[in-house]
Amino acid sequence: MSTTTETIFDRIGGQAAIEAAVDVFYRKVLADPTISHFFDGTDMEEQRAKQKAFLTMVFGGTDDYTGKDLRSAHAPLVAKGLNDAHFDAVAGHLQATLDELGVDAESAGVIMETAAGTRDEVLNR
Amino acid sequence: MSTIAFAGAVHQSGAGESVLETLLRHGADVPYSCRKGTCLTCMLVARSGEVPDFASEALKPTEREQGMFLACQCPADRDLTVALPNRATIYGRARIQSKEALAPEVCRVRIRPANDLYYHAGQFINLQRADGLSRSYSLASVPSLDEHLEIHVRRLSGGAMSSWIFDTLAVGDEVDIQGALGSSYYLPGRPEQDMLLIGTGTGLAPLYGIVRDALASGHRGKIALYHGSRAPNGLYLRDALRKLAAAHDTFTYTPCISGDSAEHDCRVGRADLLALDDHASLDGWRVHLCGYPPMVHAAKKSAYLAGASLADIFTDPFDLKDLRAAPRDSEAARSDIW
Repeated sequence: MSTTTETIFDRIGGQAAIEAAVDVFYRKVLADPTISHFFDGTDMEEQRAKQKAFLTMVFGGTDDYTGKDLRSAHAPLVAKGLNDAHFDAVAGHLQATLDELGVDAESAGVIMETAAGTRDEVLNR
Repeated sequence: MSTIAFAGAVHQSGAGESVLETLLRHGADVPYSCRKGTCLTCMLVARSGEVPDFASEALKPTEREQGMFLACQCPADRDLTVALPNRATIYGRARIQSKEALAPEVCRVRIRPANDLYYHAGQFINLQRADGLSRSYSLASVPSLDEHLEIHVRRLSGGAMSSWIFDTLAVGDEVDIQGALGSSYYLPGRPEQDMLLIGTGTGLAPLYGIVRDALASGHRGKIALYHGSRAPNGLYLRDALRKLAAAHDTFTYTPCISGDSAEHDCRVGRADLLALDDHASLDGWRVHLCGYPPMVHAAKKSAYLAGASLADIFTDPFDLKDLRAAPRDSEAARSDIW
């Protein structure tokens, strides 16, 4: 897994790809009325940094962002009703971001699989 | 359970409290204001105990070196002995140079500091009355253009400081000022960058400084200023801004009235909505948002969604200022301010 993901991180352009992706992704998430209320009152710079850490993880760039972070970070949102439908919406925005940036299908597949693997942590199950 | 020692008393901290919260809960006499780490009013000195770096991040290196930190940002989960810093190292004396009405509820106060104040147009100062009451005011003056510091004060019903400034403060009086603070100001780099400035109420003050600073610095990009008010008489400095717009092709000024009364030459609607409507793409733009906090937060999101980079969006929500509590007051007194 680690060699594959490292290859993907490098193949899609490393840190520069993250920089390009984070605003595209965060804007999609913020503009989606079905999930944007979860971000009301959050510090946008902080949130963008978190999105960046998340993307770095799913792009295979680092292991810094752990399941424990995901679990505790989302616990207050789960208390506010975060569920599978919201997770799917965010995953959809991630897929759309990858499409928009022209990430090849194989890399995108691995990235989406990594993202899908966070579902239980994110939803605190 | 940790203890915070202050002014000869030792206070037990509660779970999750900041040093400021522990002290206030025990009725300690400490100044504070925004509780968010921005206004720097609650600065204390640690005489013993370790203060985490993030509690002094916003301070100058010289202040950190003296052990100063922000009580509202420091968790009270450690034993500390703290004291008020020597006021003379933080506040400087200043004299009121002039006071004039700009609108029925807005006055312009010009202030001459005893020692030159290094500042950028758009930053703010804390103004402190002799009894310790303290408020933040944005600077409308520009160092290269104006001899004195200029602030715009709106009279708030029940506002202790604004009432005092309107009714009692006189030319020649002395006040203490701290600053300049804040990071929403004009940067001379990238002079070709287009700028969108949106302010409500006295949120115009820092923008008035930023616009004149940008023009004086030879800014070449567009500068679009939207000033919003519920009523026409809140749109102060209209003549000055129209003159400025007439003199500079790159600068446009749009006064906006969000209430019922319409007026010739003013747009009808909320300033932020009109501004964002007029500018569908803010890709590459620099954006300044000042004034009413819900406007600032909503417009920040809209500007980002319209393509502005977060690093290019500067905000100055006035919850840290006009909504300030009087120091040492209870929560009930806080709500009085409006």
